[in-house]
Amino acid sequence: MPTNILMPALSPTMEKGNLAKWLKKEGDTIKSGDIIAEIETDKATMEVEASDEGTLGKILIAEGTQDVAVNTPIAVILNEGEDASSVKAEAPAAAKAEKTEEKAEAKPEAAAPKEEKAPAAPAAPVHAVAADPDVPEGTEMVTITMREALRDAMAEEMRRDGDVFVMGEEVAEYQGAYKVTQGLLQEFGDKRVIDTPITEHGFAGLGVGAALAGLKPIVEFMTFNFAMQAIDQIINSAAKTLYMSGGQMGAQIVFRGPNGAAARVGAQHSQDYSAWYSNIPGLRVISPSNPADAKGLLKAAIRDPNPVIFLENEILYGQSGPVPKMDDFVLPIGKAKVARAGKDVTIISWSMGMQYALKAADELAKDGIEAEVIDLRTLKPMDTETFIASVKKTGRAVTVEEGWQQSGVGAEIAARIMEQAFDYLDAPVARVSGKEVPMPYAANLEKLALPSVAEVVEAAKAVCYR
Amino acid sequence: MPAVKANSNTQTDDDQAPTTPLVEFSKDQDLAAYEMMLSIRRFEEKAGQMYGMGLIGGFCHLYIGQEAVVVGMQMALKEGDQVITGYRDHGHMIACGMDAKGVMAELTGRAHGYSKGKGGSMHMFSKEKGFYGGHGIVGAQVPLGTGLAFANRYRGNDNVTLAYFGDGAANQGQVYESFNMAELWKLPVVYVIENNRYAMGTSSTRSSAETNLSRRGLSFKIPGEQVDGMDVRAVKAAADKAVAWCRAGKGPYILEMLTYRYRGHSMSDPAKYRTREEVDKVRTTHDPIDMVRLRVLEKKFAKEEDLKKIDASVRDLVNEAAEFATHDPEPDPSELFTEIYR
Repeated sequence: MPTNILMPALSPTMEKGNLAKWLKKEGDTIKSGDIIAEIETDKATMEVEASDEGTLGKILIAEGTQDVAVNTPIAVILNEGEDASSVKAEAPAAAKAEKTEEKAEAKPEAAAPKEEKAPAAPAAPVHAVAADPDVPEGTEMVTITMREALRDAMAEEMRRDGDVFVMGEEVAEYQGAYKVTQGLLQEFGDKRVIDTPITEHGFAGLGVGAALAGLKPIVEFMTFNFAMQAIDQIINSAAKTLYMSGGQMGAQIVFRGPNGAAARVGAQHSQDYSAWYSNIPGLRVISPSNPADAKGLLKAAIRDPNPVIFLENEILYGQSGPVPKMDDFVLPIGKAKVARAGKDVTIISWSMGMQYALKAADELAKDGIEAEVIDLRTLKPMDTETFIASVKKTGRAVTVEEGWQQSGVGAEIAARIMEQAFDYLDAPVARVSGKEVPMPYAANLEKLALPSVAEVVEAAKAVCYR
Repeated sequence: MPAVKANSNTQTDDDQAPTTPLVEFSKDQDLAAYEMMLSIRRFEEKAGQMYGMGLIGGFCHLYIGQEAVVVGMQMALKEGDQVITGYRDHGHMIACGMDAKGVMAELTGRAHGYSKGKGGSMHMFSKEKGFYGGHGIVGAQVPLGTGLAFANRYRGNDNVTLAYFGDGAANQGQVYESFNMAELWKLPVVYVIENNRYAMGTSSTRSSAETNLSRRGLSFKIPGEQVDGMDVRAVKAAADKAVAWCRAGKGPYILEMLTYRYRGHSMSDPAKYRTREEVDKVRTTHDPIDMVRLRVLEKKFAKEEDLKKIDASVRDLVNEAAEFATHDPEPDPSELFTEIYR
């Protein structure tokens, strides 16, 4: 059967072009790859290569023709034993073929008028979360630091699963730049506790590759500031591969390390990445505020089959708190916690922000304002239900974060409250955040750049009209 | 194409050592290589045609001209080995044994494409066939491939990873971060640099201070050699050596494949940075498929009719794939929110 050569689309947006020149004439033998014509588009003159073999039977569109629509037959190629007379006989069939293609092409447009009725997109799935596990009555509570809680979580999971390993700068022989991996090398050896060169982009990518092959890496960034070097691998490779592969492969990997401001380390070592990572579908983002949550959630993160960003805080590493002494204390990802009950105003925060929030609640209590403080613990998926329930009770909300305000996590929380509890609000949601400046070094300026207990108290009073 | 000046670097030699000597193919090897290379070429021609018809959208980077590289490399692999590459990836998928229908249906964004239509030309995977993508960010596949090799070493098996990248990606920093770790930890990865001489429109002489890319591993003590990437026998011989090196636990190896792409960088590249004569010269004097074809006839491994039969069966396979990919339905709207998490 003779084959039509169609006017090709030479870019994703091309709809028509000019047939500038024929380089073959009727009767010429054509091989795959031969340049047969030149076509002018709005961007360039392109060569058309034949992808079929045979004889050029008939030229249907003369050279010099302007505005030839994509998919118009421009010539006919004859196979062995066919002659030009068969072209005519085939012409209706050719036209039909063209029509079907046109139909395929025109599909989005044809569907367009219906668009109003058709649902634009299916509803996003709801993330179902279990409640915190019951800690049996009489369970011994052990007071340990956040640093120890994180280490214990990793050690327990490494004992449990041989595919779990930890890698990063100074995690092994140095025992961790912030001593979070202390003792792991001694217990698990250098095969599973791996010192890397200073090469964040490289080892983040290597970790993702190992995860695609089925291992379960814990990648420590000395701080998340350095993960900016690796963010392409975290987002483009770790977060998106499951989707792009149609579910065939994904990365079970934890990226962890201190996030946000430490103290007096200046602009490049003090950034809070909560908003950055919680913007990305495919990632889970966890940021605990106390040792028990740190342990339970890091264990959950290591077991979660998805890439998890685990944002710690250097200032919190040394703080102690009670952790239940249980064989396997695992907390649910995506579940917020009411850290302090109250009825007058809801304060929502996480990680280091909880320090300001809880102290502010103490101050407010002295003035007769009972604040309910909610610790998000997980930023993605965000437990909207818990803070909406609280806001419905209090009618007032304040968010507290160290990160910048524009497009921040506080902005997201405020938007959700507006969408889901607008009628319950007695005042606009207030946001306390880091000031929109690179972190200054001078002690007084640094203090001004960060949120403070006083700012939280002030914001809470403002929304209570006090 | 200038005569291929092939060099080999080992930890002790500089660039004077000869390349791995070519080993003649048996009849079966020659015919298998011919059929596979032809399958890739015809597949790509068809993909180009379907792009022209608007059935394939977005970017579409064709592999035409470079077929001997993947086919020769694949001949050195065994069960459990892994392959990863960038976005000029259709040839790799076909060579790995992935189904042409599934690949083509992914190109047309349909439900039975390898990624259910959610990945496209640049993002396709097959765990079953050991193909780990299909990556759209130039150079990103190199640390990922190094990580696949890390997993082999961690598990203590003797599998090897082929991490392909181009002369363009060879200038990305993460490639060298990977080289360093791979040699430091003796990871079983062959870095296959497909030097087709142009990173999009920039020739390697305009982009690279050291254009002999096989030497790019020298400061990491990774041996490397240049290979005539248009001769599938030369590729296979070099691949055998490199893969054996890795399997023996000696660490990574670099193979710079001197190759050439006939088509533009992507479908929308008018390729004005090189002359038609340059393309034609490679095509007529150094075409990887024609060279095997001539050899097969000369050695009487097959007759003209036998080759015609192969050509016809390859065409059928490709047409069948195109037909499937044209009529397969688009993914169900419910697929929008699946496989973001598991």
